[in-house]
Amino acid sequence: MNAVTHASSPALPAPIGLLAELTHRCPLRCPYCSNPLELDRRSAELDTATWQRVLAEAASLGVLHVHLSGGEPTARQDIVEITRACAELGLYSNLITSGVAGALDKLDALSEAGLDHVQLSVQAVEAANAERIGGLKNAQPQKFAFAERVTALGLPLTLNAVIHRGNIAEVPALIDLAVRLGAKRLEVAHTQYYGWAYVNRAALMPAKADVDRSIRTVEEARERLKGQLVIDLVVPDYYAKYPKACAGGWGRRLMNVTPTGKVLPCHAAETIPGLEFWHVQDHSLAQIWADSPAFRAYRGTDWMQEPCRSCDRREKDWGGCRCQALALAGDAAATDPACSLSPLHGKVQALAIAESALETAPDYQYRTIGGAPRTAVPEGAPV
Amino acid sequence: MSLTPDSVPRLPRGVRLRHDTVRNAHVLLAPERTFDLDQNAVAVLGLVDGSRSIRAIAEALAQQYETDRSIIEPDVITMLDGLLLKRVLETVPAA
Repeated sequence: MNAVTHASSPALPAPIGLLAELTHRCPLRCPYCSNPLELDRRSAELDTATWQRVLAEAASLGVLHVHLSGGEPTARQDIVEITRACAELGLYSNLITSGVAGALDKLDALSEAGLDHVQLSVQAVEAANAERIGGLKNAQPQKFAFAERVTALGLPLTLNAVIHRGNIAEVPALIDLAVRLGAKRLEVAHTQYYGWAYVNRAALMPAKADVDRSIRTVEEARERLKGQLVIDLVVPDYYAKYPKACAGGWGRRLMNVTPTGKVLPCHAAETIPGLEFWHVQDHSLAQIWADSPAFRAYRGTDWMQEPCRSCDRREKDWGGCRCQALALAGDAAATDPACSLSPLHGKVQALAIAESALETAPDYQYRTIGGAPRTAVPEGAPV
Repeated sequence: MSLTPDSVPRLPRGVRLRHDTVRNAHVLLAPERTFDLDQNAVAVLGLVDGSRSIRAIAEALAQQYETDRSIIEPDVITMLDGLLLKRVLETVPAA
C-alpha cells in the first residue's frame, strides 16, 4: 500500500476528496456563503498550470473525487482545461455551480471535456424569494435553463438547496422542483453556521417546529420517490443531539485548496487563529497532507478534551466541528457545543430558539468581496 | 421497480468503475459518493455493458465459477437492484 507515512501513525489513510475552490468570485451574494469573510481577489488566484499540477498530485495521493467549486467556478476562463485535466487523470469531477452568468455558455464544452456530475444551487423555488436570498435579479430563469441543458447533455444533476428561515416553507416545493428538472439527487442542506452564515445567523435560524416538519417532509418524499430521486438531508446541528464529523473527521478524508493555494482541512479552518497552513506553491499535496501543522492539529483523537476523550462516539463524529467549537465555546479543542454532551449545548439551543423567535428577521449582510462585516462574530459570543 | 432476468443494465453517465491503485481496490465512483466493491460486485459490474441482459451476466458468471445460473441469478438481481434504487444504475429501454 502506498499510504502516506506519518511520524506518529504508521499508515495515514489517503484523502478521498479534494475541494478545489477555484475562485471566490461569484455573481450571487448568498448570506450563508461558506467562503471566508475575507474573500480572495482575482489577481491572487492560482494559474492554470498550478491547478493542473495540484490535480496530478491529488490523483497520485489517492484522491478520487474533485469538487470544482468557488465562488462560481465557471467564472474562471480556464474551467474547461481544469475539468479536462481531471478527466485525463481519472479523477471524478463534480462542478458545484450557481448556473448563472456565463455558466450555461461553458456547459457544452465542460461536458465534452469529461465532466462527470453537476451540482446546481437553488435558493428557493419561488423566483422573487430565490432572487432576494441570492441577491441577484433574474437568476431563477437562468438556473432553470442551465438545469435543462445539463439533463439534455445526459449529465447527472444534483440540486443543492441550503435551508433556513427564509425558504424552509418551500421544502415540499423544492422536492417537486428537483423531480421536474430531472435531478437524480437533491440535497436538503440545513444551514451550517460558519463564515457568512454565522454573521447572518439571527436572520437565518429556523424555528424548531419548522425544522422537524422539513425532516418529516423529506422522509415521506424519500419513500414516495424511491428509485426516482435520492434525497440527502443535512440536519441543523444547533437542534441536534450529536454533532457532525467535520469533513468526515479533521485530516481524514478531505483537502481544501483555496483560490490562492492555501490548503485547509475544511473550508472554514482559517477562522481558527494560530493554525499554520501550507501552500501548494511551497509543498506537494502529499507533504501537506502528512506534515502540515494545520492538518496535524486536530487529526485523530489525541487532542481531545472531556467529554470527547472518553466518549465512545469519538471516532464517529471526531468531536464535531472545530470551527464551531471555537466560535461557540471560545476553544477550538472543546467539544462542539452542537453535541448534547457539551456543557454549552443548552445555551446553544436556547440561542437558536430565541433567534428563530424574532418577530422580524434582521436584514441579510450579503457576501461581498472586500466588504467583510466589521464584527465577524455576533454580539455575545462565545455563545 | 425491480430488475428481471431480461433487464439490460448499464452504468449511467456520471457513474464509473475504477481501480484505485493507491488503495489497491475497485470502487464505483458516483455523484457525491464512492462505493467500495467486493470481488463479487466487481465480477458482476465488469459484465454490465449495456448489451448483456442479467440472464447473460448470470450465465457468464455461472460458467466462470462452474456453478448453475439459477443459483447466481437471484444474487445478481439483488445486488443490481440495490444500485438501481440509489440511482447509480439504469436499464436500457426495451427496443
